[in-house]
Amino acid sequence: MSIDQSTAARVAKLARIKVEEDQLPALASEFNTILGFIEQLSEVDVEGVEPMTSVTPQRLKRRVDEVTDGGQQDKVLANAPDAREGFFAVPKVVE
Amino acid sequence: MAELNKLGLAEARDALRNGDVTSVELTEACLTEIDGAGALNAFVHNTPEIARDQAKAADVRIKAGDAPDMCGLPIGIKDLFCTKGVPSQAGSRILEGFLPEYESTVSGNLLDAGAVMLGKLNMDEFAMGSSNETSVYGNAVNPWRRGNDDAALTPGGSSGGSASAVAADLCLAATGTDTGGSIRQPAALTGITGIKPTYGRCSRWGVVAFASSLDQAGPMTKSVRDAAIMLEAMCSHDPKDSTSADLPVPNFEAMLTGDIKGKKIGIPAEYRMDGMPEEIETLWTQGREMLADAGAEIIDISLPHTKYALPAYYVIAPAEASSNLARYDGVRYGHRAKLDQGDGITEMYEKTRAEGFGDEVKRRVMIGTYVLSAGFYDAYYNRARKVRTLIKKDFEDVFAQGIDAILTPATPSAAFGLGEVSDDPVQMYLNDVFTVTVNMAGLPGIAVPAGTDAQGLPLGLQLIGRPWEEGDLLNTAYALEARAGFVAKPQKWW
Repeated sequence: MSIDQSTAARVAKLARIKVEEDQLPALASEFNTILGFIEQLSEVDVEGVEPMTSVTPQRLKRRVDEVTDGGQQDKVLANAPDAREGFFAVPKVVE
Repeated sequence: MAELNKLGLAEARDALRNGDVTSVELTEACLTEIDGAGALNAFVHNTPEIARDQAKAADVRIKAGDAPDMCGLPIGIKDLFCTKGVPSQAGSRILEGFLPEYESTVSGNLLDAGAVMLGKLNMDEFAMGSSNETSVYGNAVNPWRRGNDDAALTPGGSSGGSASAVAADLCLAATGTDTGGSIRQPAALTGITGIKPTYGRCSRWGVVAFASSLDQAGPMTKSVRDAAIMLEAMCSHDPKDSTSADLPVPNFEAMLTGDIKGKKIGIPAEYRMDGMPEEIETLWTQGREMLADAGAEIIDISLPHTKYALPAYYVIAPAEASSNLARYDGVRYGHRAKLDQGDGITEMYEKTRAEGFGDEVKRRVMIGTYVLSAGFYDAYYNRARKVRTLIKKDFEDVFAQGIDAILTPATPSAAFGLGEVSDDPVQMYLNDVFTVTVNMAGLPGIAVPAGTDAQGLPLGLQLIGRPWEEGDLLNTAYALEARAGFVAKPQKWW
């Protein structure tokens, strides 16, 4: 499986990371190096093996479905690059 | 008492309790050392005022007789831990200016016990790296040098600042985190001790997430006893981390008897790598002899899927990272790119992330995105998770045969020069070849300094234990430490 420039551009788009056109060949080549390394996994016989979901056998704890926290709007917004009138502010989303 | 900064946790604790020294004195000694150690670039956000206040409060507690083990002991905190009101950037530009409104559970446990925070420590960006060269703060530097050669060496990574600071006696101990070897590899490269506990021992709440199924916090210390003391203080069951274990935390220090007679120590054939330096091979043999001398039974074992741990890791860790790092979008915290006329929200995301993330982080986020994308999920991600099941089973099989602990080298080489490892990311990844299996299987692992190479650089051995049996693992490490007798310290040049 070899990654070409258009695949690299598609992955960058999916990851929401801007990559300049002239950087794409280098990026595609790095992907190919790493994926070449990962390719070894195809040698392993995984027939009938369950994919791991939890590294320690444990049941997730349950708790009563109730409000345990909240009322901290100022703290939630304290680190926002742009907060106005109690909300996170972002560029226009809908035309 | 001279040179208080050079004390370990146990010695300093005992001196505090005996009234031979105060926390304020210990703290001032460390702050002075930190001020003189800019060349190591280990501490990146200093908090002297907080430290002095905490030291005074600790001295009051000690006088009152209310002093847990960590009370009054000055330590450094890796930048990955959120610390209330103190910069917590995970070594990244994208979290520039971020001041957490809360304290991570682990750092909170330490502070509640009375520990003194000297500041935040350098690290690879988002803990992605093995040499501390991906940090927004620049490289942390190893206090060790090759003989009289003044070339700057890596302290390892990702907890490179923690390792450098402890090895150079800027603090008594430090916190680290370990996703693929980020506590054990830097500990080995700087001649200190570092333990990654069983997955779930330490709460991950408030620790900036890299790969949630692999990340664990742990202590980086000057001795095995110190590791036992600090680990106990860090561990707790935490309802805010659903994977945190609801198990009692033992008194690990009380388990250090040094008696390992009859313990079965496994030597895995697959850890003998092609091209492994002879010094590493020799050290491993010596470690075997030391444990045998202590009365342990040495048994050859096989962990057949070892060679697939690193490639499986480089699917699973980036996949989880791509998901975890999606939160850095320029909306809720940290950096937001300046936008051009007409830019919408997608441009804001893309420009913010392009400016905020360094190259290695971008690479891993994109690899993770790729292996999770439609059409490749089964071929890469699911296959890697199946291989992970097999890697864990390898360990379960040898533990079922009665093996108590496994002895391996900690790293494939001594510390290398900053900038020396080629630009090939895969070459850098190979640093974690002996440590990453432990994260994949969720096991506890400890690196213990055990010798030096021909150039005088420290080398470490790794012991891997059964799940939840950190106490037993620390005791085996304690016996190894006693026989290795590693006492070398770096010559001060900074």
